[in-house]
Amino acid sequence: MLSHAEASENFIADAERTDWHDETLWFVRAKRDKASKVLPEWEALREHASQVKDHTLANLGDYLVAFEAKAKANGIHVHWAADAVEHNAIVHQIIAAQGSKVLVKSKSMLTEECHLNDYLAEKGIEVVDTDLGERIVQFRNEAPSHIVLPAIHLKKEDVGETFHEHLGTPKGNKDPQFLTEAARQHLRGHFLASEVAITGVNFAIAETGEFVVCTNEGNADMGAHLAKVHIACMGIEKIIPKRADLAVFLRLLARSATGQLITTYSSHFHKPREGQEMHIVLLDNGRTRQLADPKYKNSLKCIRCAACFNTCPVYRRSGGHSYHQPVAGPIGSILAPNIDKKANADLPFASTLCGSCSNVCPVKINIHEQLWFWRQDLMAAGLAPVGKSFGMKMMAYTLSNPAIYRMGGSLMRRFSSLLNSSMNPWYKQREMPQAPKESFQEWYKKR
Amino acid sequence: MRVALFVPCYIDQFYPQVAVASLELLEKLGCEVIVPTDQTCCGQPMANSGFASSTEGCDTNFAQNFEGFDYIVGPSGSCVLHLKEHHPSEKIRNSVYEICEFLTDVLKVSALSATFPHRVGLHQSCHGQRGLRLSSMSERNEKPFSKLQDLLSLVKGVEVVMPEREDECCGFGGTFCVTEEAVSVKMGQDRIKEHASNAVDYIVGADTSCLMHMEGILRRQGSKVQVKHIVEILNHA
Repeated sequence: MLSHAEASENFIADAERTDWHDETLWFVRAKRDKASKVLPEWEALREHASQVKDHTLANLGDYLVAFEAKAKANGIHVHWAADAVEHNAIVHQIIAAQGSKVLVKSKSMLTEECHLNDYLAEKGIEVVDTDLGERIVQFRNEAPSHIVLPAIHLKKEDVGETFHEHLGTPKGNKDPQFLTEAARQHLRGHFLASEVAITGVNFAIAETGEFVVCTNEGNADMGAHLAKVHIACMGIEKIIPKRADLAVFLRLLARSATGQLITTYSSHFHKPREGQEMHIVLLDNGRTRQLADPKYKNSLKCIRCAACFNTCPVYRRSGGHSYHQPVAGPIGSILAPNIDKKANADLPFASTLCGSCSNVCPVKINIHEQLWFWRQDLMAAGLAPVGKSFGMKMMAYTLSNPAIYRMGGSLMRRFSSLLNSSMNPWYKQREMPQAPKESFQEWYKKR
Repeated sequence: MRVALFVPCYIDQFYPQVAVASLELLEKLGCEVIVPTDQTCCGQPMANSGFASSTEGCDTNFAQNFEGFDYIVGPSGSCVLHLKEHHPSEKIRNSVYEICEFLTDVLKVSALSATFPHRVGLHQSCHGQRGLRLSSMSERNEKPFSKLQDLLSLVKGVEVVMPEREDECCGFGGTFCVTEEAVSVKMGQDRIKEHASNAVDYIVGADTSCLMHMEGILRRQGSKVQVKHIVEILNHA
């Protein structure tokens, strides 16, 4: 697997596409700015949402139990999964009881996290992703590169090629409206035929036992309304206490994600309709471990709006796949090490710590500070690249001793031309600073 | 007013003119400036690389040089932010100022004798801007303000032009600039492109590290655009 730095270098090699990717996502960020700045109460909303989430996380166990009781009373089956393996087994069991071999699924990053599609494929069950972007990347055997805009790394020409190959659209046709219509017709068949529909969950309300799924395409509704069995998969952090809290979160979510005033469909699922089976799978998968660490607990406030992706100058220029995780970007970089430190030790370093992420975040997660904490924890766990620990210790020693620092500085300035070498990553595309004859301190002594 | 001048290590070694300008400017404004001569580094390069556990020596040395002062002033937003957030001594954390905020908030400077008849593009360094709140940020719904622009408005002849993405990071990022070389350089190139399209003579900022990175790219490209630390302009006769 390529590290973030290596994968980014490959991405940037196509400068034109990188610029396009950067500008497209900046456009979304700019739309978000506009939508947030027309609300004088924007910062108060963020603070309110942050406090609701703080309160919920502090009482998560109670709210989960309350939600379970209400949901059960509403006729929903509630399942608890400690990890991805349990989650997938539960989902498989429900599908197997129904006997389906093909099913539809709306966007759910949690099922990406659990690699549910691959798991079910091994069991002979085909999952058809019904979010347009997700269907495109699924055809291409790729992972989503963005949690809200899964195919944002692709241009319409790429989509035309993919649809030509998989849906038989005319070669060379890249008309967005035509291609979307082809996808609609293709997906319609699956919506009508599927007896099982899987959806994600944006919010689950403890007070009422209902859950809310937000989509712009209505694909979650199409699937769930037609299927005999509806399985909703959610992380335990998606709980909010009351329905009234939704007023805050729905406003923040759409404006932060795409700059829309409201998501096209915010559908409430309260109880199964007659003859329908409804299941909720509640997943932990490391979330309680994150909850127990005061440094990282805050990351569980995330509502998956991806505003931190769109604003991140590194993400915009490296693409989602460079993060080699289902959730990329700044938030992914603080979530992934909790699941696997070693495999994700590069991600908290894929940032300049510019702090833009923490300030667009609608629930005020201190993302850039958590990146800093992860850097410390990962290095303490011995996960530094070869030579880094030694280099850092040498540097710390030199900079702790004024006499050695002065000598080192003087040598470096005198022989600075030696640094103009291909061994020096700085010099690859940048000139070294021009070394002055005297340091400031040397000048000051003579003043 | 008695002020200790904090000269970050790379400014001491590679950009002494920034420290000289800081010293002269503070003296012009009536401060008694002391330069502790055994100062080295704030420890940020190690800490941001995940080795905060190795900065004890730097922390101790900094404290030995600066603990006796009520005002520690340095021309680097990012080093100052590091000290404010991470230095173990509370006295140090509460006494350290980035030079622009010291000029606007403590000295409350309302006039300068500086002249700089050039068109300059302002680069907002992230740690100064978002960390120290030297100016408002585009992410938040807040009233616009900028301590840097307030200071530049006191300089005769200078014309300040903001890039369209007025507070996007330049990509320096400490050791990020070498460990993520490709992204770092691309970010820098994109910043420079915006400033160059505004036909500026100089890119100006309050953090020499960002300027060093952009200068490296500008010189490699053979650009005529130069970089300057804001104190060099505020001190310009």
